[in-house]
Amino acid sequence: MTKTAVQFRHNETDVAVFVDGAANLLAVLRDGIGDVAPKYGCGQGTCGVCTVLIDGEPHLSCLTLAESCQGRSVETAAGLKNGPELHPLQLAFMQHFAAQCGFCTPGMLMAAKALLDRNPAPTREDVAEAISGNICRCTGYEPIVNAILAAASHDDARRA
Amino acid sequence: MPITVRTFATLGDAATALAAERDARFLAGGTLVMRAVNEGDTVSTIVRSTDQGLVQVRPAGARIEIGAGVTMARILADRELAFLHPAARAVGGPAIRSMATVGGNLLAPTPYGDFATALLALDATVSIQNGYARRDMPLEDFFAARGRNASGLVASVFLARPAAGALRFRKIARVRPKGIAVLTIAALLPIAGGRIAGARVAYGAMGPTPLRVRAVERALEGRVLDEAGIAGAVAAASDGTLPASDAIASDWYRREILPVHLRRLLLGIAA
Repeated sequence: MTKTAVQFRHNETDVAVFVDGAANLLAVLRDGIGDVAPKYGCGQGTCGVCTVLIDGEPHLSCLTLAESCQGRSVETAAGLKNGPELHPLQLAFMQHFAAQCGFCTPGMLMAAKALLDRNPAPTREDVAEAISGNICRCTGYEPIVNAILAAASHDDARRA
Repeated sequence: MPITVRTFATLGDAATALAAERDARFLAGGTLVMRAVNEGDTVSTIVRSTDQGLVQVRPAGARIEIGAGVTMARILADRELAFLHPAARAVGGPAIRSMATVGGNLLAPTPYGDFATALLALDATVSIQNGYARRDMPLEDFFAARGRNASGLVASVFLARPAAGALRFRKIARVRPKGIAVLTIAALLPIAGGRIAGARVAYGAMGPTPLRVRAVERALEGRVLDEAGIAGAVAAASDGTLPASDAIASDWYRREILPVHLRRLLLGIAA
């Protein structure tokens, strides 16, 4: 079967992979280049656990045709940390017990990053809206919302 | 069977390729077609197009043309399209909105199609690419034909900007802040001399496609938007509806709450 070459930026690295015709981005990330941070949940666009940023905007990688990522930038939760240093969102998730089983966390982190990149001082309602496409069945969402708000105010403190 | 992906520079070529195969699907944002692929539906070929007309919003005389590939996020980023923002915001979470397109929403099966419901209330026209020819049809006719003898590729929609505040939109869901529609109501309520003149009311999730409710429109004509003026419209709220029973709500429940929410929308009471 014919494979198509696709090149894109994955976190800080340029990658080139051969993909099957209709392969989705999630499959290429996990099986093609070994980034298993984004998860396969529903495959329908309902759960948000496969959320990645494409050119800075949140997308569901399980519904994204891999071939359409040619020349674009794909960020996943695996790229959040800087060496041994965790991203402020990751630290806030730990400090606020925002992960229980952890399955939704990579999607939540990327949905939160998409929000804070555009709006560094969100309201509680902004945060609820930003993660409205991400389902968590453990935490009841409150610790997640608190963590994202804390990460936002941490950013403010650093700038001040 | 492996799926072939074919990308075309023009909509004409894409529409021709689409028509050539029974199980070819046109891919825009992916929220419907990639979902179908993930679920194992029969798809032989995925057809795409890089035609720039698909992703443009542009003035067309007194109207606005919105390309079928324009996303909900793009609508929300356009201040000129503020009257469409409540409907665009009703679609999914942020990730879905940066993918889901105007054209896709016209084809989304019930109970989806919130944005399309607003377009129906706005009396939008759909422009269809059929092979190398283009034809326009009222959105209402498009919905009447959807899933039956429909052919071609949705290229764009045309609509007129409503008077400020004339378009009201409400989506009723069980999950906050975001859930799939129990029902959606969009109403264009132009006021002349304090009275309704030329109402257009559309429902989402109250039938196999978004539908226009003429009984409600007739009952509103010439009326004032107060409790007495809207009584006839509320009494006729469910006329001609054919809601489904699904995992979100039963048909009975949808019919039962419809008059309640229509009344609130008409009186401007919070949901």
